[in-house]
Amino acid sequence: MIKYIGKRVILAAFTIFLVATITFFLMNLVPGGPFISEKSISAQAQAALKAKYGLDQPLIVQYKNYMVNAVQGDFGLSLKQRGRTVAEIISSKFPVSAKLGGLSVLLALLIGIPLGSIAAMNRGKWIDQVIIVIATCGIAFPSFVICTVGLYLFGVYLGWLPTMGLTTPIHYILPVFALSFYPMAYITRLMRSSMLDVIGQDYMRTARAKGLSQFVSLFKHALRNAILPVVTYVGPMLAYTLTGSLIVEKIFVIPGLGGQFVSSIINRDYTVIMGTTIFLATLIIVMNTLVDIAYKLIDPRIQLN
Amino acid sequence: MSEKNPISFQLTVDDFLPASDAEKQNLVQMRPSVGFWKDAMRRLLKNKVAMVSLVVILVIMVFSFLIPGIYPYKYEQQIQGSEFLQPMVYSPQEQARIDAGEKVFPHILGTDNMGRDYAIRVMMGSRISLLVGLIASAIILVIGSVFGSVAGFFGGWLDLIMMRIVDIIYTVPDILLIVLISFSIKKPLENLAETQGFQWLQILGPNLISIFLVFALLYWVGMARIVRSQVLTLKQNEYVTAARALGASNGRIIRKHLLTNCIGTLIVTTTLQIPSAIFTESFLSFLGLGVAVPLPSLGSLASDGLNGLNTYPYLLLAPALLICLIILSFNLFGDGLRDAFDPKMKS
Repeated sequence: MIKYIGKRVILAAFTIFLVATITFFLMNLVPGGPFISEKSISAQAQAALKAKYGLDQPLIVQYKNYMVNAVQGDFGLSLKQRGRTVAEIISSKFPVSAKLGGLSVLLALLIGIPLGSIAAMNRGKWIDQVIIVIATCGIAFPSFVICTVGLYLFGVYLGWLPTMGLTTPIHYILPVFALSFYPMAYITRLMRSSMLDVIGQDYMRTARAKGLSQFVSLFKHALRNAILPVVTYVGPMLAYTLTGSLIVEKIFVIPGLGGQFVSSIINRDYTVIMGTTIFLATLIIVMNTLVDIAYKLIDPRIQLN
Repeated sequence: MSEKNPISFQLTVDDFLPASDAEKQNLVQMRPSVGFWKDAMRRLLKNKVAMVSLVVILVIMVFSFLIPGIYPYKYEQQIQGSEFLQPMVYSPQEQARIDAGEKVFPHILGTDNMGRDYAIRVMMGSRISLLVGLIASAIILVIGSVFGSVAGFFGGWLDLIMMRIVDIIYTVPDILLIVLISFSIKKPLENLAETQGFQWLQILGPNLISIFLVFALLYWVGMARIVRSQVLTLKQNEYVTAARALGASNGRIIRKHLLTNCIGTLIVTTTLQIPSAIFTESFLSFLGLGVAVPLPSLGSLASDGLNGLNTYPYLLLAPALLICLIILSFNLFGDGLRDAFDPKMKS
């Protein structure tokens, strides 16, 4: 077990390092620097700015300096938003995205698990068919379609919901729903197939035969076993809600980390690009690794290798 | 034999006579042997959902590849005076021409902000989206199957290293890297497109190439894993040993014996890649990283349609619904193919 965890941690650390390296050289591939678009400043001022942030040094030296600092937790100053550190920017933007993502994940779980279970228990009946259709559509419809059509229907046409910002609780309804649609559909499908699998097991028949009620046998025996595949999906789901929020944040004009990531790339704000990429990548990779390890801990049937 | 003796076995002598030819014939139940393809096709044809999806896909393909050739409008053609027309409405100039007895083709979906017929733009958009899906899946098929079969066939330390690479790419957050790669290779590709001999890049547009590049770099790992696991079991078969004994080279064994035997898996996985490629392309186009203007894709059309949402909702709804339809029917058709080719994989 310890060997397995060690292997996974090393792999995760190496992947984060690799992502950071790729990002560093990719963004320097783009012609033009962070100060070029400011037309008013002279060549000397530009050179001075470059020297101040160490951008005049050879790329490999910049890379070494950045990595050494980053390992010590110092992600540097933003090149565009003067006087703000990258850590400050991330810590001001991330709570917005995290709240949105967290609520969406919660909603997806709260709706997806019961829907999938209901479908499995009523296999072949009309309610099963309806749930399957909803889940199939949910997987096929891209998030921007859900967002924009929802925006049009409820925000513009019916005028029930606000269309931008995140100031009051009612503002959360559309973005959270749009973001949770895909994971919800996916969880429903996962839950349905694993529930069907579990219901057919011998221990379920034993539970019923020894006189447990339908309710107890479902909640104590079936659900606990059927929920395992959903646990593995939590990692990728988190990744999805974080990256899916690129679109949602753009459409609903929400000041989150996803929007910050895109605008920092457009502005060539090198340190912010690096900071947000490393931050998001670390979050996703750590989540995936934790879920994988947790999965093996929960289910003794899975062999370690 | 009329009266039953309780102790007797009640045997009939006739039962022990040699069978006549007619009886022998009766016992032999020979059906024409059903091959792999025939069997799969039969199962596929029975699947109503898959067949309906196939018909939808074919209709969309006809509309996006054939109809634009004979359509009276062009996708980049700007018609003076007919900006922002509602569906089936004519501009004053066109109305005058109709009154003069001329025939004017109606704008089925209206026109956009530059007076371009929207129906033809949506058709061209779905052509681009379909092309992206098909080409990207072809790239994934080639890279994934070669990588997976080589790793699975040779095994040992080579397999170990190759699969570690796959593991790492698998854990890389793809959307982040896609956005980054698209941004960073946009300019270099644009420069390359201006130099001699690379003008063809201009036609495709650098963004489209960067999308393909991203798929070639990141998205083949799923395919590679599936092919590897298939090859691992297939290479134990006697026919592989026989082929090797007869002097077949490794490359020939992989091509002729291993890959042809996992053709079902290859077809299914490739088909299911198409909608995911279209999904990603529309996502990138929506962020403004998709195909180059004036070429439309469904994602960029939807993104443009968002601006005039209050007054011209059909500019958003038409491409948005079409992309849902395309992805949905490819998904359902892929599921049908999986059930037909690989009943064991059915979930």
